[in-house]
Amino acid sequence: MGYTPELQELIKRVEATRPARVEMARRNEHYPALSMAERETVLSKHHPDYQADAKMAVRVGPNKGDVFQEGVARLLESRSIVRPGLVDLNKIDHETDVLVIGGGGAGTSAAIMAADGGCRVIVANKLRHGDSNTIMAEGGIQAATQECDSPYYHFLDTIGGGHFTNQRDLVAALAKDAPLSIAWLEKLGMMFNKHEDGRTVVRHCGGSSRKRLQSSGDMTGAEIMRVVRDEARNRADMITVLEFSPAIELLLDSEGKCAGAILFNMETKEFSIVKAKAVVLATGGFGRLHIKGFATTNHYGATMDGVVMAYRAGVGNKSLHSTQYHPTGVAYPEQNVGLLITEKVRGLGAHVLNIDGEQFCFPLEPRDVESAELIQEAMEKGKGIMTPTGRVGLWLDSPMIEELHGPGTVKKELPAKFIQFERHGIDISKQPMLVYPTLHYQNGGINVNGDSETILPGLYGAGEVIGGVHGENRLMGNSLQDIITFGRRAGIGAAKYVQGGVEVKDLTLDHVVKFEKELAEAGVENPAVAPIILPDYSTDEVAERRWPKALTEGVPGV
Amino acid sequence: MCDTTKTPKVATGDRAILPEGARTIPIFVMGKKYEVPETLTIMKAMEFAGFRFLRGAGCRGGICGACPTVYRMAGDYKLHFGLACQTVVEANMYLAQIPFFPANRASFKLEEMEGVAETIHALYPELFRCVACNLCTKACPMDVDVLGYVSAMKQGNIEKAARISFDCIQCGLCASRCMGEIPQYHAAQLARRIFARYIQPQAEHLKNRVMEIEGGKYDPMLDELSGMKKEDLEARYVAREREPDLAAAGTWQPKDTSHL
Ligand SMILES: Cc1cc2nc3c(=O)[nH]c(=O)nc-3n(C[C@H](O)[C@H](O)[C@H](O)COP(=O)(O)OP(=O)(O)OC[C@H]3O[C@@H](n4cnc5c(N)ncnc54)[C@H](O)[C@@H]3O)c2cc1C
Ligand code: FES
Repeated sequence: MGYTPELQELIKRVEATRPARVEMARRNEHYPALSMAERETVLSKHHPDYQADAKMAVRVGPNKGDVFQEGVARLLESRSIVRPGLVDLNKIDHETDVLVIGGGGAGTSAAIMAADGGCRVIVANKLRHGDSNTIMAEGGIQAATQECDSPYYHFLDTIGGGHFTNQRDLVAALAKDAPLSIAWLEKLGMMFNKHEDGRTVVRHCGGSSRKRLQSSGDMTGAEIMRVVRDEARNRADMITVLEFSPAIELLLDSEGKCAGAILFNMETKEFSIVKAKAVVLATGGFGRLHIKGFATTNHYGATMDGVVMAYRAGVGNKSLHSTQYHPTGVAYPEQNVGLLITEKVRGLGAHVLNIDGEQFCFPLEPRDVESAELIQEAMEKGKGIMTPTGRVGLWLDSPMIEELHGPGTVKKELPAKFIQFERHGIDISKQPMLVYPTLHYQNGGINVNGDSETILPGLYGAGEVIGGVHGENRLMGNSLQDIITFGRRAGIGAAKYVQGGVEVKDLTLDHVVKFEKELAEAGVENPAVAPIILPDYSTDEVAERRWPKALTEGVPGV
Repeated sequence: MCDTTKTPKVATGDRAILPEGARTIPIFVMGKKYEVPETLTIMKAMEFAGFRFLRGAGCRGGICGACPTVYRMAGDYKLHFGLACQTVVEANMYLAQIPFFPANRASFKLEEMEGVAETIHALYPELFRCVACNLCTKACPMDVDVLGYVSAMKQGNIEKAARISFDCIQCGLCASRCMGEIPQYHAAQLARRIFARYIQPQAEHLKNRVMEIEGGKYDPMLDELSGMKKEDLEARYVAREREPDLAAAGTWQPKDTSHL
């Protein structure tokens, strides 16, 4: 397939400016980086986190008054999928010790530890077990396992990277447990990259003082997910996995403890009630909200459900205004849209260019600044390149890497990317790539303490759904660690709590009734209905042909 | 069609739009014809046509194995296999997804096993029903040499099976094609776990670190950091020494070793 003739025409402009740019790079001359003041300006004008527009303060709930992106705020101010007053909570469909909501890396680790602690566990998952952000992580997982390293340095790197906005008990827990997590995974039979003698191979990552990133080929998250999922399957006597059954609301009991959830069978459209002595929330991130229309690296089910459900139950969140955008996501070909192109490409010297083949930014600004500059060039200056599928992108001139470092460098240094593009007829050692910023990680999330406990007795949280571990900026490799550290802590904690003797009283949805009353009192008009469960990618044309206006309400089967 | 000098009508999120003048092609989803824009993946083309996935979509990035798809071109007998999120539509493609395939998985207790192939043979005796037809390998969307790792398992070479099967995303297409009704990908998962636990050497430095942590060695340091004023933390942060990129594993030591 490759580039269309139209795009090939445009590539000629890139090729025309390349010799001069390569000469410049050889002289070690760069497009000037921005001053601190200029950074501020471009961030405030073009970074989605900083822009004042499309933001709003939430009017209800634990974070009342805090400002969020509109898409996020609308979901925090949403109402339930069910009418809470009309649900019969006496008909219990499943009873269990621990209910884990979300079967990614965090939830599955929690399930295994809770089962180890003698608890019967139900894992409710939206899609198949393991269809998650965890399975998509490539790079690696941080842990201070080497002699020159220690949890002390892991703590410092993490909190410095997060601009000292992190919640410290969480950072301490992460740094301390990280090597334990690696040992646990090794024992479960995870194939780490190792030296001959069994020592784990480690690398530096942005912001690390020690080489601390351990990995498993370039599919670390997939290997973690495969192994913990396989282990959960071995424990079928203790762990029941319900797929295509997302939770849509938390249940409390009359004493205010968390005591289960309502599940929705997406295939049969039935609801069911799970009564549980403890609940672990591990629903992951929010990339599929496509905040401000951005493409995302996240999986299909990343829609912020956990934060929404917890919010109605009185559990607030922190740092949720902060989102990690990766400056170079794929904009073309369509099948790769949103997927990551590692920073390494720019590290190797590739320039970022506009439609005229001109540079407009220093290629290695911090991630947030770089993203803002790309957005400015395409949106404000209109110098982006339009793809056949209606996306806008900018060039990332990978062929110049070959000229700078010798033929064959691209394939040698970027094997996975090379193949990913080659599959679609693009040779990135000869043709530039089209890129655009992509929504990558939910920096914030629900409030928990170092033991993964929320303020709601019986409710635990782990993984991307929680906030505070990374502050307002996450280091690479710390979220795979976060899911194992806090997944395990949540499972262990929940089991201990259950073993301590928990008596669940009458189930209730009063918290939802109360929350919806607050919505009405605050004058929130037409609140969204959430959790949204899955994004809707129908085109406008299709939506119109579904005759939304002419359709009679209550048509059977529609 | 591609050039633009003003803010364009842009596709947002994962929703595709049909820019003016873009070509559409016919595809046949489970035998039914739809006109979709060329260059889209099967997944996005089906969404463009109005399908909303429940099954058959997961990561949307070629790594979770939720979207295996089988297709054939009009007038040609040959079957092709691919991932719906990675395969581009072609005109007159007849396709169906196989989002689930019922393959047998044996349960086991890893901690009670040994690093020997007999364990795998006992749990998956059907491995020996393999007739080496190689349809599994031909069906693999990840280009894994499935027959190669099945043979390695039969021959007792667990390491080889583990390494060859490493890229497996467990989509199940191999099993769907297997004459011997072998659940290849489950057996491979077992081989990888046995390899990593019993054959690949365990990490000694990690064992030591775990003992230190469990002995409480780092608790006072972490407590100290947790209680520090921000300025003091910043000072410590700035004072960190950085391990040289090229230092060989396990050799470099910082000048200040008081926090190791
Ligand atoms: C492309 C990519 C690359 C990455 N690379 C790295 C890396 O190299 N290193 C690193 O440390 N981190 C990386 N990350 C981040 C890291 O992978 C994730 O933050 C982490 O895996 C999240 O794990 P989790 O278990 O919290 O959530 P997930 O793994 O997303 O799991 C959450 C699960 O909950 C399910 N769910 C959602 N809502 C509901 C509901 N209402 N009811 C029931 N189930 C629900 C979801 O379907 C999903 O299965 C990367 C992320 C992406 C997307
Ligand atoms: S959706 Fe995950 S592999 Fe295609």
